[in-house]
Amino acid sequence: MSRINQIAEKAAAENRKLLIPYLVAGDPNLETTITLMRKLVEEGADVIELGIPFSDPSSDGPVIQRAVERSLAKGTTLHQVLDLVARFRESDTITGIVLMGYLNPIEIMGYKKFAEAASASGVDGVLTVDLPPMEADELNAVMRAHDIDTIFLVAPTTREDRVASITEHCSGYLYYVSLKGVTGAALTDFDSVTANINSLREKTKLPIVIGFGIKDAESAAAMGQLADGVIIGSALVEKIALLADQVEHDADLLSETIKVISEAREALDKLV
Amino acid sequence: MPKLEESAAAIDPAVFDGPDASGHFGPYGGVFVGETLIAAVEELAEVYEKLSADKSFWAEYDSELKHYVGRPSPLYLAERLTNFAGGAKIYLKREDLNHTGAHKVNNTIGQALLAKHMGKTRIIAETGAGQHGVASATVAAKLGLECHVYMGAEDIIRQAPNVYRMKLLGANVVSVESGSRTLKDAMNEALRDWATNVDNTYYIIGTVAGPHPYPMLVRDFQCIIGREAREQSLEQIGKLPDALVACVGGGSNAIGLFHPFLKDESVAMYGVEAGGHGLATGEHAAPLSSGCSPGVLHGNRTYLMSDEAGQVLETHSVSAGLDYPGVGPEHSWLKDMKRVKYVDATDDEAMKAFHQLTRLEGIIPALESSHAVAYAVKLAATMSADKNIVINLSGRGDKDIETVAKIEGIEL
Repeated sequence: MSRINQIAEKAAAENRKLLIPYLVAGDPNLETTITLMRKLVEEGADVIELGIPFSDPSSDGPVIQRAVERSLAKGTTLHQVLDLVARFRESDTITGIVLMGYLNPIEIMGYKKFAEAASASGVDGVLTVDLPPMEADELNAVMRAHDIDTIFLVAPTTREDRVASITEHCSGYLYYVSLKGVTGAALTDFDSVTANINSLREKTKLPIVIGFGIKDAESAAAMGQLADGVIIGSALVEKIALLADQVEHDADLLSETIKVISEAREALDKLV
Repeated sequence: MPKLEESAAAIDPAVFDGPDASGHFGPYGGVFVGETLIAAVEELAEVYEKLSADKSFWAEYDSELKHYVGRPSPLYLAERLTNFAGGAKIYLKREDLNHTGAHKVNNTIGQALLAKHMGKTRIIAETGAGQHGVASATVAAKLGLECHVYMGAEDIIRQAPNVYRMKLLGANVVSVESGSRTLKDAMNEALRDWATNVDNTYYIIGTVAGPHPYPMLVRDFQCIIGREAREQSLEQIGKLPDALVACVGGGSNAIGLFHPFLKDESVAMYGVEAGGHGLATGEHAAPLSSGCSPGVLHGNRTYLMSDEAGQVLETHSVSAGLDYPGVGPEHSWLKDMKRVKYVDATDDEAMKAFHQLTRLEGIIPALESSHAVAYAVKLAATMSADKNIVINLSGRGDKDIETVAKIEGIEL
């Protein structure tokens, strides 16, 4: 059983919602990223989605675009992101790590080489936003051979007849995109999310987590009520943007930076 | 000096019938977009499959091309250019004479008809040099549709007259400040807009790239160039040409000329990429001829200029319309099949050809098309006088005169 499966099962048994922060690796630098990852775990993160920076993030809104640009300005590479995960694993073998990004850096590294390196580093899952299930067979096979989960998105626009092909390819958890748009947009249509999640429940036993547009304790609680967990990205990355590009940071400042995650944890824990 | 290539060794002509049902040309093409856009891309594929089998759709398209665009465009024997090159006869396929001044309108007319049939009220487009933006704004005005054109902030400065032209046509030109602030970033921003406004919006992609079905449908709309050229060659020369030459950025004008000839083994084809400051300098926009690997960008797998970490590289060309790090996936396939030879012309060579054609024939070519002229002149010199070359003169150069003047230190 994969680490993500274990985390999800344990959470379900404890009636606890999964809290999944997203941040871009190398923003503002790799040292700060690892410090933030450890701190996020202390504040109750179950899984961390680590963004692999890519020059052309066409599914991301301005907040994450700028984070990616900051990271790339430091020369962050996929190799370095994998090294970062290996370092994180030296002191944490419990928290799930999912790499989220676009296909080209993985394609250029080579699927097999990437899978081997990711597995050796302690990566648990991969979410490639521009790789839909119908193009994913080859990468999926390689990732599965290395016991790495392949996570896929379901969007409000996803047709009913495609859901089966997505859930077939998906393992770990299913990522429901709460809105039509890019990361960081405003979530307005709670009713359609409810209806879509309920319909997904009938089609899969995978844990379902909701992302895009969750920006505070209130929206985390609202979405947490519907799903098995929530992903918070832009609202966290927006705060990370305020950190100076240095290795050491004031502890209080870091707590302030990730406050949205602490507050979301608190709100999610009140749900049950 | 280039030599006329022997045509590719006998290969099954069926390899040129792509894409397959899932949108692949061999290993290239496909659908690589976020989940939010999958339904829109699939809907477009379904609508296009239905309409492209409908004769009345093509009748409507042909009628627009005839009465609005001014087709057919002439195939013109450039006698003085031929004499200058000193070899094969050089013919120009005059896409520069189309309404809006380039081949781009062949595609925007077709896609606007698709948008209309799909009941979309809002058009978005990306543009580099502004030609596709102008062609999109033009058809949007004609059909009374709302139009937003995404354009890199750098390109907005480089192509001010086209920006004003789009505004005159009623389009909203959106400056893209992210990434390298050029065409590829404009395309990213258009994809973001599409994901956000997917219900009422039609995205007119300007070249034979993007997720399936775009590379196929843009090609189909541009094939009017090659079909006309084929008929005109038979009529005016009495036989097929020996070689075709076209510039390749994304590659829509080239595929439009080449595709109807792919199964004619005797016809050699040359796609001319932007060599910029020279392939050796790395400052170019030539993913096919400079030895790049395949990658994935903007919805398709294709040869792509990216670094060893998989980051897409910034490109350079004197011509904004060729300044793109990828290329249409069908070109990648035609390269691998060795059906088309992909070569380059540098900024300097293109500039020289720009002046040569202008002075010798009284035709001011677009800087994009000047790349094709530059290579064709070299190619013609290696061929005998009984051979014939057709150049796709994909656009006129009025839009470029400020750029040329600036490079040559002339104040207008």
